[in-house]
Amino acid sequence: MTRKQRRMTIIGGSLAVLALAAALVLNALRDSIVFFSTPTMVAEKHVEPGKRFRLGGLVQPGSLQRGDNLAVTFEVADGNAKLPVAFKGILPDLFREGQGVVAEGALDANGVFKADTVLAKHDETYMPKDVADALKKQGHWKDDYGAQSSATQASGTQASGAAKPAATTAQGNPQGAVR
Amino acid sequence: MIAESGHYALVLALALALIQSVVPLIGARLGDAALMNVARSTALAQLLFVGASFTALVMLHVNSDFSVANVYENSHSMKPLLYKITGVWGNHEGSMLLWVSILALFGGLVASFGNNLPLSLRAHVLAVQAWIASAFYLFILMTSNPFLRIVNPPIEGRDLNPVLQDIGLAVHPPMLYLGYVGFSISFSFAIAALMEGRIDAAWARWVRPWTLVAWIFLTLGIAMGSYWAYYELGWGGWWFWDPVENASLMPWLAGTALLHSALVMEKRNALKVWTILLSILTFSLSLLGTFLVRSGVITSVHAFATDPTRGVFILLILCLFIGGSLSLFAGRATSLKQGGLFAPISREGALVLNNLLLTVACAVVLFGTLYPLAMEMLADFKMSVGAPFYNLTFAPLFVLLLLAVPFGPMLAWKRGDLLGVMQRLLAAGVAGLVVVAIVWAWVRGGSALAPLAIGLGVFVIAGAVTDLVERTGLVRLPFATVLHRARGLPRSAWGTAFAHAGLGVALIGIVCETTWNSEYIATMKPNDVAHVAGYDLKLDGLFQRQGPNYREMIAEFRISRDGEAVTVMTPSKRSFTTRGSSTTEAALLTRGASQLYVSLGDATAEGAIAVRIYHKPLVLLIWWGPVLMAFGGVLSLSDRRLRVGAPKPARAKQRLQPAE
Repeated sequence: MTRKQRRMTIIGGSLAVLALAAALVLNALRDSIVFFSTPTMVAEKHVEPGKRFRLGGLVQPGSLQRGDNLAVTFEVADGNAKLPVAFKGILPDLFREGQGVVAEGALDANGVFKADTVLAKHDETYMPKDVADALKKQGHWKDDYGAQSSATQASGTQASGAAKPAATTAQGNPQGAVR
Repeated sequence: MIAESGHYALVLALALALIQSVVPLIGARLGDAALMNVARSTALAQLLFVGASFTALVMLHVNSDFSVANVYENSHSMKPLLYKITGVWGNHEGSMLLWVSILALFGGLVASFGNNLPLSLRAHVLAVQAWIASAFYLFILMTSNPFLRIVNPPIEGRDLNPVLQDIGLAVHPPMLYLGYVGFSISFSFAIAALMEGRIDAAWARWVRPWTLVAWIFLTLGIAMGSYWAYYELGWGGWWFWDPVENASLMPWLAGTALLHSALVMEKRNALKVWTILLSILTFSLSLLGTFLVRSGVITSVHAFATDPTRGVFILLILCLFIGGSLSLFAGRATSLKQGGLFAPISREGALVLNNLLLTVACAVVLFGTLYPLAMEMLADFKMSVGAPFYNLTFAPLFVLLLLAVPFGPMLAWKRGDLLGVMQRLLAAGVAGLVVVAIVWAWVRGGSALAPLAIGLGVFVIAGAVTDLVERTGLVRLPFATVLHRARGLPRSAWGTAFAHAGLGVALIGIVCETTWNSEYIATMKPNDVAHVAGYDLKLDGLFQRQGPNYREMIAEFRISRDGEAVTVMTPSKRSFTTRGSSTTEAALLTRGASQLYVSLGDATAEGAIAVRIYHKPLVLLIWWGPVLMAFGGVLSLSDRRLRVGAPKPARAKQRLQPAE
């Protein structure tokens, strides 16, 4: 086999693998991407029930209600709109009313956001970046968040990038307590 | 004084690095041995000064000197000594100092053990190392000085983030950095080869041990981090496809490819240009990882306070090094001589396929990591790319790779006999299929994917064993001969078998854990009993305890199986008063490779507590696999031909004389 033939074989093989990878990526992009929304965006865009997305905002103070068997409901607000959220499972350690939260799940037929994952950070001054950006964009960024975030900056410590675990995730369980 | 001395030592190290960046290159240009040898002294002196600087920071942390901002923000006088030391790199400034310390360590190692390198090659390599070092010293001194003082020193520190107060912090970041930064050596060798315009099989023989060392540490570092996340975060997840995890996975994939292509170059003097490119890409991905983690551009579970100037500075370093090295590559690569020929079906061909699949898998991960960033900047909407994306893209590519793994080591160099190899792998293939059938029959229905994937894992392991059996003649020859042959087998052959088998082991662990994981989440009162995977867990009671810098609530579970008492498990929840935050300490019961995992949620007013219980079958295989891979790497490293400083055969020595 000559050098030219060898080169053609290698290039052909590379192209085949690249094409395969591109096909896989395009296919995956169609339905495995999860978009981020705030309650306002949900209200404006009319998201269809069953479509998964990430909901970010602040936990509305006074809205948290605990039901039987670890069922929880609360509202996520961003200043303009509110969206009720239902979750079943253990909330992360730093889930608090009035704090930022990101939940992943989908709307049900009644317009309630059924979350199967709730993310919050292991930090007293934490505000999820997505939520902070969204609030800023809508002009609802309050000074005390700013103060918190500048305190964060001044201390420069909140979590180390060299270190792995810096957040808790609560994994809910839509089917009930035992899987 | 300690802080000032540490700061001063770092400035001196920068000065030395600047000398080392220039003088050896002038020496190489003039052919002046004395000037070229400057690199050796400066590299060792740099190691000394950076070491002093790092020691100074450790001493400040150990002494709880809260007049230093870094100590005040990350330490507390009541913190146990171990965490006072590990807390040094549990923050941005300290971890960057660790980064440059390890860089200086590698530079020092090349300087001390590189005596058998041609003088000009060593001068070039150390000069390139010094460029990297200078850039990062400047970064630390200008944007992230760990030795800054506070005007009015507070009495008590703010304590280290509680999740980081764990033995994992002592092991994971240093290991990961030894891996990341270790790839700087192959990068420097590649740049040196391009600058000298000369590269041969001997070059690959020098580069391979360094790459192997970095790869071993990176493998262990990633595995350790994954296990840490698994037991510390309290919900049993071990990989999140988080951008920062991807940042460590990408150099690993590229580094694995580099190990294999350097093998082709060493043995057959082929794939030179590609190996050089891979060396550059691997370290570029390490730098990209540093950028992603340190600049705060990503939303990540590893996110930390951001400072825009840091991000811009690292982006500059990134562009300078990646852009510069790739331009140099583009300009010089064509001048490198072409290597040996080989047929597509051959050991070289198999290694090319390995490289193709690994780099494409790496590209997919890179895409998944950067795509959300790009869309946010260009189209202004936010999204996240998570496990579903990687399951659909990364997993199929890896399945192809794993299918090919057993074939590689069995094919002959230059021209292989695929049919013959298939015959020899028949037993391994049959073993895989039998396992598929057994697992299928055992779980009766359900997804067909899990049994198939387990069969694939078994095929990979059996393939690795078959290779050893073939080489030692285990079945054909008398036992004494087999022993003799096994002893005579190169260590690298054993290394290959262990590393490849490790892949199969990890795959089996991943499939079992994700498919047959059982989970129980509920609120429990004292004397309640939970039944999970054949175990009965009775909550005996809750009690409080005071730790050194936290209070913890401990739940005591009495575990029994079929009426027989097994053990007592005590998961706890710790609240740290200084930071006002809490951590969940899961309790683990290990049975063989399976684990029972208990972690606590919030306590309710009525004395009940939310509990998460998981049974994770064969979960430990996920980490035993990488440990096997690393062990294979160590075996391969101890191979005679790679031993650093091993005497070279006379023939090779003649060939390696500097050209001039």
